[in-house]
Amino acid sequence: MLERKDIDNLANLARIALSESEKDKLQKDMESILGYVGELQNAPSYAEASEGKPGNHYLRNVMREDEEPFVAGVNTEIILSQAPKRKGDYYVVKKILGDSLT
Amino acid sequence: MTIDLENLTIKKAHEALVHGDFTAVELAEAYLKEIKKKNGELNAYLEVFADVLEQAGEADKRIHAGQADILTGIPMAIKDNILIKGRIASSASKMLENYVATYDATVIEKLKARGVVFLGRTNMDEFAMGGSTENSAYGITRNPHDPTCVPGGSSGGSATAVGGNLCLAALGSDTGGSIRQPSAFCGAVGLKPTYGSVSRYGVMAMASSLDQIGPIAKNIEDAEIIYNAIRGWDRYDSTSYDLPELPASTKSFGEAKKLRIGVPESFLNQGGIDEVVINNFRETLKKLEQAGCEIKTIEMPNLHYSLACYYITVFSEVSANMARFDGVRYGAHVEGKDLLEDYMKTRGEKLGREVRRRIMLGTYVLSAGYYDAYYNKATEVRELIRRDYAKAFEEVDVVATPVAPSPAYPIGKNTSDPLQMYLEDIFTVPINMAGVPGMSVPTGKTDKGLPLAIQIVAPWRRDDILFTLGTIIETCQA
Repeated sequence: MLERKDIDNLANLARIALSESEKDKLQKDMESILGYVGELQNAPSYAEASEGKPGNHYLRNVMREDEEPFVAGVNTEIILSQAPKRKGDYYVVKKILGDSLT
Repeated sequence: MTIDLENLTIKKAHEALVHGDFTAVELAEAYLKEIKKKNGELNAYLEVFADVLEQAGEADKRIHAGQADILTGIPMAIKDNILIKGRIASSASKMLENYVATYDATVIEKLKARGVVFLGRTNMDEFAMGGSTENSAYGITRNPHDPTCVPGGSSGGSATAVGGNLCLAALGSDTGGSIRQPSAFCGAVGLKPTYGSVSRYGVMAMASSLDQIGPIAKNIEDAEIIYNAIRGWDRYDSTSYDLPELPASTKSFGEAKKLRIGVPESFLNQGGIDEVVINNFRETLKKLEQAGCEIKTIEMPNLHYSLACYYITVFSEVSANMARFDGVRYGAHVEGKDLLEDYMKTRGEKLGREVRRRIMLGTYVLSAGYYDAYYNKATEVRELIRRDYAKAFEEVDVVATPVAPSPAYPIGKNTSDPLQMYLEDIFTVPINMAGVPGMSVPTGKTDKGLPLAIQIVAPWRRDDILFTLGTIIETCQA
């Protein structure tokens, strides 16, 4: 069972401001969705179903040499052109240690 | 001259362009005219590019110089979550309303090199989360065969553009059916290639272990042409690969051998399928049998769990992928009293309802205490689903099911019940969970004129089998 304080907590963790009415609706929707996906608990365990055979046939190594790095600065302007707020070559953010933590 | 857009294919258009029956500019103009006439109602395109005729002019130069590729001058529509440098790519979200792509997606780079003409960017469910294109921040898209019905989703704009003759072909993305289901609803061919066969560099990530880009086209041949143009290894997507690099399949498939099609009957028997869909599916199988294919009943006991398994995986990956939208680096920013409130307000106001819901669910299933029961369990069951396919493909060459439980349904039918909306994905999600290639192929229409389709699924890296069987299905329909 999801309680209201769980919804509040999740919204804070997810960094999403939600209205009270949306929290009401979410609590209901999430319960029915989690109830449905919870049926996965009835699925057999991998060890049971696989008879102990490894299942990593599709895995392959994708490591590569650390080479051809980007030249510092060539993409700076392109990337920063999309910033909502910038100052020179920096993003502007509010100070992290604010009043909300005191 | 009037160009017969209804019956036009890439190959026919290419021949006409090379023979000089019409120019790329005339072809582009014909589509722009159709778009002008129909897009107001259908809302397939969020934006029609201002430079379409210039692009077409460039293609004409290439054609006149005798350097035409099969795709030169072919007008295509692009889903709004695929980046084209210098153009807006919004993923149908308010979060990226003014975001201008800073680079070309690899698939776009490849199509540009061949001289494709990009008509515009198409509507979709926000960040590809949905199955009806009703979750767009820029209005719904309507089905070209019945405007009171949804086009499917999330690539609903692309499928409507192809099905409604507002482009010759389109690109979509498919995480759990987002190419195949709208293609089925709109009467187009939709291919979700093998996971890794097409680079995702430059497509906005939804659930990275599932996402794949693919073509939506008017016939099998067109889908194959586009697939061949966009596939291959890319240094910017480490999940991508070139087909020749991989060990050859252990099975050989040739014309001499009977094509064996497996039907997971007990999975289909779980109910919820419209009679018109199941009847059409059986008829199609019968035609394929008459055409020389062998139909076999197969057991895939873990498919039953794939929808639950899929959604847990999607919620988890969505909550991680959407964390990038912080109101700092790009996209929208809503001002708060401190940094935390900047985040909360930006994400609360600029992400849509379904996106917020999935992030919340992902945050829940990944949280301490629930992680093992949900995410880890889903990862384990996912392996069982893969094994079901591996086992099935020891007996058969293709697995066939319907694409969706029903044809296109009325707008608004599922919008108030998210779980009901999720259940519509039952037949398409197992394919993404396993990473195998799947294709939606049209198989006629209902009495009311709504398209019907079959889903065919091949072993890993054997997308070629889908083109072979797809062509047989097409021939059976004719």
